[in-house]
Amino acid sequence: MADLVSHPDEVRVVSKRFGKGATNIDRYIELDGYKAVRKALTMEPDAIINEVKNSGLRGRGGAGFSTGLKWSFVPKQASKPKYILCNGDESEPGTCKDRLIFEHDPHAVIEGVMIAALAVGATKGYIYIRGEYRYLSEIMQKAIADVYAKGFAGKNIFGSGKDLDIYWHGGAGAYEVGEESALMESLEGKRGIPRIRPPFPAVVGLWGGPTVINNAETLASVPHILLGGAEWYANLGPPKNGGTRLFCLAGDLEKPGVYELPMGYNLKKMIYEVGGGIPNGRKLKAVVPGGSSTPILLPEEIDVAMDFDSVAKTGSMLGSGGVVVLDDTVCMVKFALRTIKFYQHESCGWCIPCREGTDWLKKTLIRFHNGAGLKKDIDNMYYLSENMLGRTFCPLGDAAAMPMMAFVKKFRKEFEDHLDGKPCPYEKASEEINRELAVL
Amino acid sequence: MADAPKLVNLTVDGKKLTAPAGSLLIDACKNVGIEVPSFCYYPNLSLQGACRMCLVRVEKMPKLQTACTTVVAEGMVVATDNEEIKQARKAMVELLLGNHPLDCPVCDAGGECELQDMTFSYGAAESKYMEPKNHKDEQQWSPVVFFDRPRCILCYRCVRVCGEGMDVWALGVQNRGVSSIIAPNKEDHLECEECGMCIDICPVGALTSGAYRYKTRPWEMNHVGTTCAHCADGCKTTLGVRRADEGMEIVRGDNRDKSGINNDFLCMKGRYAFDFANHEDRLTQPLIRKNGKLTPSTWEEAFELVGKKLNEVRMRDGGSAIGVIGSTHTTNEENYLLQKFARAVLESNNIDHHRTADFPALAAVLSGKQEITASMRDVYNAPAILLIGNDPTEQHPLLAWQIRNNVRLHGAKLHIINSEPIKLRRQATSFTQIPVGAELNAASFLAGDDSALNAITASASRENWAALRNQLRNTENLVIIFGSEIRGAAVTAVTHLASSISGAKVIALADYANSRGASDMGLYPDLLPGYHPAAKSGLTLPQMAENAKSGKLKALYVVGSNPLARFHLDSQIFAGTFVVVQDMFLTETATIADVVLPAANLYEKTGTITNTCGDVQIVKKASEVNGPKSDFEMIVRIADAMGYDVRNLVPFGRGETADMGQSRGAQSGEADRHAVWLQANNLEPKLSPFDPMAIFDEIQRLVPGYRVSRLNLLSGNDEHTQLSQSGPGAKHDPALIVPAHDNLFSSGTLGRYSRALNSVMENRNPQPAEVAAD
Repeated sequence: MADLVSHPDEVRVVSKRFGKGATNIDRYIELDGYKAVRKALTMEPDAIINEVKNSGLRGRGGAGFSTGLKWSFVPKQASKPKYILCNGDESEPGTCKDRLIFEHDPHAVIEGVMIAALAVGATKGYIYIRGEYRYLSEIMQKAIADVYAKGFAGKNIFGSGKDLDIYWHGGAGAYEVGEESALMESLEGKRGIPRIRPPFPAVVGLWGGPTVINNAETLASVPHILLGGAEWYANLGPPKNGGTRLFCLAGDLEKPGVYELPMGYNLKKMIYEVGGGIPNGRKLKAVVPGGSSTPILLPEEIDVAMDFDSVAKTGSMLGSGGVVVLDDTVCMVKFALRTIKFYQHESCGWCIPCREGTDWLKKTLIRFHNGAGLKKDIDNMYYLSENMLGRTFCPLGDAAAMPMMAFVKKFRKEFEDHLDGKPCPYEKASEEINRELAVL
Repeated sequence: MADAPKLVNLTVDGKKLTAPAGSLLIDACKNVGIEVPSFCYYPNLSLQGACRMCLVRVEKMPKLQTACTTVVAEGMVVATDNEEIKQARKAMVELLLGNHPLDCPVCDAGGECELQDMTFSYGAAESKYMEPKNHKDEQQWSPVVFFDRPRCILCYRCVRVCGEGMDVWALGVQNRGVSSIIAPNKEDHLECEECGMCIDICPVGALTSGAYRYKTRPWEMNHVGTTCAHCADGCKTTLGVRRADEGMEIVRGDNRDKSGINNDFLCMKGRYAFDFANHEDRLTQPLIRKNGKLTPSTWEEAFELVGKKLNEVRMRDGGSAIGVIGSTHTTNEENYLLQKFARAVLESNNIDHHRTADFPALAAVLSGKQEITASMRDVYNAPAILLIGNDPTEQHPLLAWQIRNNVRLHGAKLHIINSEPIKLRRQATSFTQIPVGAELNAASFLAGDDSALNAITASASRENWAALRNQLRNTENLVIIFGSEIRGAAVTAVTHLASSISGAKVIALADYANSRGASDMGLYPDLLPGYHPAAKSGLTLPQMAENAKSGKLKALYVVGSNPLARFHLDSQIFAGTFVVVQDMFLTETATIADVVLPAANLYEKTGTITNTCGDVQIVKKASEVNGPKSDFEMIVRIADAMGYDVRNLVPFGRGETADMGQSRGAQSGEADRHAVWLQANNLEPKLSPFDPMAIFDEIQRLVPGYRVSRLNLLSGNDEHTQLSQSGPGAKHDPALIVPAHDNLFSSGTLGRYSRALNSVMENRNPQPAEVAAD
């Protein structure tokens, strides 16, 4: 279990119960738990959706789509059952926020699922937890059992006459399944491969029924919005980027950890003040702003507000909140290899460009880093990425291509420095990376 | 009538076009001649979007879109051929070729490989990669299916055709990412129906056929479109033939021509079981029994002997002392010729064949009424199907395919009544299991006889039966298909049910490639071609055996049939009978013959055959083995040897106006009609006594149900014959029908001598099931 960190600039909304024993349902109730769902039970479904829409809450999984809008796409009348699906398959390298939510405040996720279910008329909610988070599923199972014991789930929840079942489901260890349609396939017991869209899950989702899929942090934010009001939540962040966000600060920082900061918090400040700056007097080399799939930023690009729209303007993405800070000892070729190796390993293999492209990138990078690189490899790697980008079946191909293109574009010189059998000019290579490279 | 589909207007590459609403962009483009390449898209299989070859630019969309998953929309503006798209396609081919072995010079698919074509069309001549290709060893999945893993491009066509098309689900994907691999259902091998659809549908040389691999190159073969020689469904097949020492050898069977009634489909037998032609036991020389032993002889000697002996018997004992047994594997022309030979030359009505369905009973009900027989194509489009008896998955693989895919693609309702839980029940809306032999009761109940149920069902399920009957009665255009369990009175009952339903049609299931043709062409002692009664009835097959036993049958002429094995006859009973057998092999019957004449098979001759539905199709000579002759030629040569004027048997010869209708014609006293008919139909008299089309002329003239478009037929299309135009048919003893009980991997004599079928059987069962043969 990870140590909790804190900083005065934090605005604690989703994390307000962290470290307060809220896994215990009674404690959760003491801390205003299950108040929001009771309130939702008194509201018209459209009113709930409007409240969430007005709060400016955008998907915390990475795409940043308006949550309220997503809910509003679900048809009012449907011949098949509707479902709420919580995406807890948190696998993007650099991202570790949902994990803390499940660990410290599982009931917030359950309550979020309940509110979403009431908003769209679903009678079943699934909480899908990443396979590697096995130790968290026990917490979730206990939480669900407690909810049933209290009569909050099952038949006639809270005595309202409405029925709602909540289930948890564990993944089997595939990053791909974090993609919403692949997650549905996995949940249905099939290979974790994305589906063709349209139809979108809101219309044809799990077992063919209309389905809302939201990230765990998104759903955990919902109860707070209902209690605090849309206006309050929206005003926590800049326009169209309501609320707060759990930022996972990692890498070469004095004080890495998960901090809840308002949307739009300055990245530079985040690194130097919240994260305590770079240790050992080293200089900043680059920052991955939102998980390993987001194009890397140079030091001169980090004076940016961390909201969806501002980061997009830099050519990168806010992504999943995983901020990875690299100091000047990091070899960018090795870092690119580490990144691509992940996507190559996680490619589901369904479509040609991602399956073959990630593999060739990996092969080329291994050779390149070993000192057998050719000048044309640099262009080839860019060419390959360029030809994957936007042409794959799902965004996983983009997730590999985008950072790779940024690596080549922004650190071309460093690639060239590896040519002609020259040894890697960067001494620092963590033990961990070396070990992993050895088995590649 | 269904409303015409709504059309939407779109622009593709500046061209304005319309397409039915709901159709896919890739199809809309194809229909106007704009090619959008794809590997994974395959019509009528589920969409994948996996190969990314069909990426096109749709205006207002941020990314390139896959044309195979994009539904056309009003006002859509699409580009399929600009620099961006060319580059995208080129990149996909580059990526595929990165790991695809370039062993094209030895690859089976070389020359007919979609990846080769794409590379040719879209470039990617140069590799950008330096690392070695990923390699995985080749695997053998079954005697007939090999998988060369590195060649696989993961288009998932095989997975889908096996699952969705065949309902077998024997293929799947293992591992993920670049390690993804197609894998068979039983660890390292397949346990499936061995249909080989996966091989046919593979765009590259990853899945290859055990029967064909490494034998030849596609361009070294002639490709002959013909009709399959095995079951009674009549699949169109393309045989790849190549010159060999003994003539022309078939090296491959597939259905590259998708225009047939079988569309994409071929089964195990159609695809691999052509190898009987070159079996080492194949007879290539006539055999004459000398000193008790069958001894090779010349054709002249054999024909002379047969002619002399048959003449002797006819003159001494009369035609009634001669029996003729016809075949279910010879052409319509040969069957017609054989019965004409029997009746006109031998002066005998003792002619029969191995009956597997009660077509005379069906003719009896339909004669002169509205035509209600369904074609094989109808089965694919019918809104509802009632299947009584039979197991089409085993016995009628194409029929099963049609039913299955009609249900899958068109939502047809399938109702099954069977004594076994047959596989097709998985597609059924209703499945009703009945006791063995209760088909007549079921049919009678459905036809309206409420008491018929008493014997077969408890009162509890009566409501279900009544509900089923009500439902069927209200199902317009229902197609009723029944197996040989339905005979005699049951045929009448089923047909009555059909007549009471608007647009309903029927199919009777027989077992062999030309069982229907044998029946239509009058291989019956009491029925002439077209189910017209013969003036005097001859002996049935069992009666011939009895007469042989009592010494009254002096001669027996067997064409392409093995009655000894099929009817378990004692070979001793023919001790005093002069037996002539025409066959490919020394069958049980041939073994006791006095003369054995080596016969060509259905792939070695030209003519027509009729499938169980009544769809007549052409067979074309594809292969040849030096030595054997077609049954057609042999019948004519025997007639000639008997001193008969063959001009009266086969209407050929320039300027002849003699009466050539010696079968029905002779009996109804007509004269010169054939010449008149030829003239009226703008046809020339044929010039050779061995020209089957001369007999086909006569068939078309005298069997009204066969008056189909000759143009269409000769172009290789199927034409549905009209049983309702037949004569009055007859009621036969139901016991005369003896089902073949072949399964997916057996096929009478043909199957016994097919290595491919035997290898699969051995692979499945240590003891291959014993199959009686024709």
